[in-house]
Amino acid sequence: MISALWYSARVRAWAAQIALLAGLGLFLWMIVGNTVENLTARGIRTGFDYLWRPARFPISESIIRYDASDSFLWAYVAGLANTLWLSLLSIVFATILGLFVCLARLSHHPVLSYMTGVYVTVLRNVPLIVQLLFWYAIATSVFPAPRAALNPLPGLFLSIRGVYAPALIVEPGGWFFLIASAALFIVALAVGLWSARRARSFGAPILLAALAFWAATNVVLYVALGRPLKLEMPELNGLNFSGGTNLSPEFAAIIIGLTIYTSAFIGEIIRGGIEAIDKGQWEGARALGLSERVVMFKVILPQALRIIVPPMTSQYLSTVKNTTLAVAVGYPELGLVVNTVINQTGQAIESILIMLCVFLSISLSVSLFMNWYNARVALVVR
Amino acid sequence: MKKKLITITAALALGLVSPALAETTLEKVKERGRLICGSSQGTPGFGAPDDKGYWRGLDVETCRAVAVAVLDDKDAVDFVPLSGQQRIPALQTGEIDMLPRTLTWTLQRDANGINLTTPNYFEYTGFMMPKKLGITKVEDMSGASVCVQTGSTTEVVVNDVSTKNNLGLKPVVFDNTTAARQAFFSGRCDALITDAGALASVRATMADNPDNYIIFPATKYMDALTPAVRHGDDQWLDIVNWSIQALIAAEAFGLTQKNIDSFKKSDDPRIRRFLGTDPGNGQALGLSDDFAYRIVKALGNYGEMFERNVGKESPLKLTRGRNALFTDGGLMFPLAFQ
Repeated sequence: MISALWYSARVRAWAAQIALLAGLGLFLWMIVGNTVENLTARGIRTGFDYLWRPARFPISESIIRYDASDSFLWAYVAGLANTLWLSLLSIVFATILGLFVCLARLSHHPVLSYMTGVYVTVLRNVPLIVQLLFWYAIATSVFPAPRAALNPLPGLFLSIRGVYAPALIVEPGGWFFLIASAALFIVALAVGLWSARRARSFGAPILLAALAFWAATNVVLYVALGRPLKLEMPELNGLNFSGGTNLSPEFAAIIIGLTIYTSAFIGEIIRGGIEAIDKGQWEGARALGLSERVVMFKVILPQALRIIVPPMTSQYLSTVKNTTLAVAVGYPELGLVVNTVINQTGQAIESILIMLCVFLSISLSVSLFMNWYNARVALVVR
Repeated sequence: MKKKLITITAALALGLVSPALAETTLEKVKERGRLICGSSQGTPGFGAPDDKGYWRGLDVETCRAVAVAVLDDKDAVDFVPLSGQQRIPALQTGEIDMLPRTLTWTLQRDANGINLTTPNYFEYTGFMMPKKLGITKVEDMSGASVCVQTGSTTEVVVNDVSTKNNLGLKPVVFDNTTAARQAFFSGRCDALITDAGALASVRATMADNPDNYIIFPATKYMDALTPAVRHGDDQWLDIVNWSIQALIAAEAFGLTQKNIDSFKKSDDPRIRRFLGTDPGNGQALGLSDDFAYRIVKALGNYGEMFERNVGKESPLKLTRGRNALFTDGGLMFPLAFQ
């Protein structure tokens, strides 16, 4: 009986799996146990209760409201918001720029094609951190001191402190106005387009009339609500500008650096996808008398997408992870906040663990979305 | 398969018995023959390699003093440059034996895994600004942007000063020291904040003309910059404490690198105990009795160290101020060597 069990392939396979799992569990339990024990032995605090204490350190800029009296938890959230904002902007910009890089490289214009070749080679072969420091040095050296700021347009100031522009101040009723105006614009555009298509020869005037109607209602609504929107002009006040909105040199450096760097990779991914499509597809589509635009967008790109999407996913994931290099130029994304928290609290393991979980969640979300998109564009086998 | 299982079990069993080390820091250092100290990433005057790669500075020499006490060789030290955030974990995990690196003594740090020894520099946190901005005190700094480096207590000071005086300071926080300093000199910020001693060091070494910059206190509170050791090794804490004390006591006794040999026949019992002519002090610490003599012979007293690294004989030209002996109105106070 026992020897039958011993020689049964199924039982053996199960036993091996269970033993492996148990071993893994034991291993993890031991690592965690050892770590906690060692930390206690060295007198290092453990646990997550520090999250609710006031952070007391400043964050240079954040897209959500953060104050030094907020908690450590909220400091993480502010850092995370900056990371997400940075990731989103650089992915969108890099994709658009990358498409242009690819089209330029594929063009039959020799100078353009060669120049983009150089662009791609240089950007892909210089470490990102060096590029970021380069852009930061540019951002903090081309513009004058704030007291001698360039003022090309009223309310727009360029200086070493970044770009200051007028800010839109929304007073009570302002949001209502903005939403109503947007809704009206959509209605006017839809009605205008619909009737323009029906009227054919009168198309353009009808569309113009619809838009004029939209503009007129806007003015009436704006006055009726008591002018709920205002522009706040930045002005030089002592050492610095106050008021208005600010694009800091740190943010400019990281967004420009990350976008340009990533665009070189994305350009090559798209080019690879397009060049992988068989020449016969181009020739066949042209033989049918389709215009070049239709050939590109209806025949080639849909097929190329299947090849482009998987490498694009990993490129997007690297971009999200690359945002952590922003610490080098002083932009307070999650990594910089985590560094500061570690120093203030001494709780390195907890902080790194939080950062790990956060980046894992972001990356898995991007991955899930791209997989879903990939399934959508994948070749449907009937 | 059986083989694989055995391998896994063996690996796990090995893992279970591994973390057992009962060696003291003193034994470890003696066995290694080298002392490993954390150091700054370059603050001339306090800790930086010179153009020949030899480490110099007040913090560096504090570490050398301990090396002399333990290993009788001021050059038996390895310096590990550490950033502001790396320094404390590096000490806690045993990567370094001792951390003399412009470390401010705070309650949170003290309570959280390290022991602070004896302050080797008293200091206020300061702002440095270009003179041409015409600002000489904190109250006038309204709206100024301030370059801050993370991994220091200054982040909190910026915030406290700004809140207290309602200044609306705009901090620009950098992850590394050099980036913060470069950003300041490029004009990205109006001011740079850190310990006034480090500011003097930056001004002396990085500014095209040091006279164009002014340094003033950010708060009225002094900080004690203090070398630190790990929790849990009291003997090592004592050794570092009394090595630093030896430097201060030597100055109080009037012992210098040059004249110390002439005191060997002194009748003063305090000096005899200090030099180890009357035995007992060194043994109590687990060192040889003449450890204090050897420290002063190799490095001089605290005053000599100060003048050489940050004072009159250095580019920093700092005055003793609060770092003078208590007899001269300073805070340096020798404890009883008995």
